[in-house]
Amino acid sequence: MPDSNIISLQNWTGKPAQNTIVQLEDVVLDSESRRLVDGISLTLRSGGITALMGSNGAGKTLTLRLIARLLQPSSGIVRNCSIEERDIAFVFQRPVLLRRTVAANLLHALKLCKVPRHNRRERIQLLLDISRLSEMANSPARMLSGGEQQRLAMVRAIAGNPKLLLLDEPTASLDPHATSMLENLMTTIANSGTKLVLVTHDAGQARRLSSDVVFMHEGRIAEHTPTHQFLNTPQSDEAKAYLEGRLLV
Amino acid sequence: MEEIRTAFAAAFKLIVTLDHNLFEIVGLSLYVTLTAVLIACLIGLPLGALLAVGRFPGRHLVVVFINSLMGLPPVVVGLVVYLMLSSAGPFGVLQLLYTPTAMIIAQALLVTPIIAALSRQIIEALHGEYDEMLRSMHAGRMATLSTLIWDARYSLVTAALAGLGRAFAEVGAVMIVGGNINHVTRVMTTAIALETSKGELALALGLGIILVGLSIMINTALMSLRSEMERMAYA
Ligand SMILES: Nc1ncnc2c1ncn2[C@@H]1O[C@H](COP(=O)(O)OP(=O)(O)OP(=O)(O)O)[C@@H](O)[C@H]1O
Ligand SMILES: [Mg+2]
Repeated sequence: MPDSNIISLQNWTGKPAQNTIVQLEDVVLDSESRRLVDGISLTLRSGGITALMGSNGAGKTLTLRLIARLLQPSSGIVRNCSIEERDIAFVFQRPVLLRRTVAANLLHALKLCKVPRHNRRERIQLLLDISRLSEMANSPARMLSGGEQQRLAMVRAIAGNPKLLLLDEPTASLDPHATSMLENLMTTIANSGTKLVLVTHDAGQARRLSSDVVFMHEGRIAEHTPTHQFLNTPQSDEAKAYLEGRLLV
Repeated sequence: MEEIRTAFAAAFKLIVTLDHNLFEIVGLSLYVTLTAVLIACLIGLPLGALLAVGRFPGRHLVVVFINSLMGLPPVVVGLVVYLMLSSAGPFGVLQLLYTPTAMIIAQALLVTPIIAALSRQIIEALHGEYDEMLRSMHAGRMATLSTLIWDARYSLVTAALAGLGRAFAEVGAVMIVGGNINHVTRVMTTAIALETSKGELALALGLGIILVGLSIMINTALMSLRSEMERMAYA
């Protein structure tokens, strides 16, 4: 699948613009009993893939949901700059697919994104091609394997050309082949101008895909550094422990 | 034993001789019931969906109210419709009493709460599963509702079936507002009641057998339709 084909359908200008698209300022999220997100400030710039890492329960999923406005912060600001809420798409860790065929799932997304009727067929075919799901276009979506469901969820999320795509451990339960297919797909999407934020526990994946790593620990951002620096010379004790597989007390 | 054998014979005879009266009664039964269920679906389904998705003050009370309406005694509904439609009632001028339309109104009133309550339950469960996904796709209120209704379609068939079963077997309300007039408002259940009271037990039982048979046929058809479609969608 030539990349140019996808790029032509994106609002990609060709220049590696690095403008801010989302800004979090001192965002706090409380539950009844405790503080879940403890004052995070983060600037996401367009272009490339940002990895979001941290141990279980660090608050990565909550952060994604805050960025996507699926959650309201208890205090602090989540601000969209140069993008609108409609430009944000989400791929959940466990994808929820409609009780319809693969193609009908994509059609549903295209309708929600108000893609004009005459463009839909071509767009569905393109999405099926890049996810390699063409042969299953007419199968019930829920009959697909886990990896196929993830691929479908991902192309469904990009149906409307989002400018920011949030991915919550999309490869967590996949075999190496499916993982590499999905990684290729993510690269393709990023190359077409969409910004990706990828939650992952896989340091290798972060190395292969991301330009920078946001590392979270207990609801805070412990560090936000370029990927090679994070992996080779982590600054915070928490990140060191995490990468060495030690449990931090 | 003898009674039952005669009853089956009577039922068999009614069917094979294509008894005109029987077909008239069965036809009217189906017409009244299916129309009433259709109307109940048109009202109850959107109502149930709104209650499942909507968040407004008093929602919980409405849900409890509709749930309790599910158990309305048919004779009471019949009585209320009778009072509304009788010449002294507010809709008396329409002269609908003792017509099939009156029976449809009464049965629709009986079935609407069932459809509304069951579809509320079904759609609310699905909404729990779809909510975040739909919000992340920026679906508006209407898109959310239509997605939920469409994806719950197989389960919603069950709700319609429950309503159909209730309407088909119901006798109290249609008796009161229809009057069981021969060739006009006589349906299977009222005919059975009449034949029983006349002591024509074999004929009554024969009609009963046909009623049960029809009911089983409709249910089987819809259930197999449902499971077939469900299998195709892997719900
Ligand atoms: N709705 C909620 N109410 C209360 N606590 C919650 C809620 N959602 C999440 N939490 C808690 O917030 C913390 C952070 O959750 P989150 O899902 O963001 O973790 P995570 O970093 O994504 O972890 P994982 O790597 O396991 O997915 C967890 O301790 C979790 O128990
Ligand atoms: Mg998570």
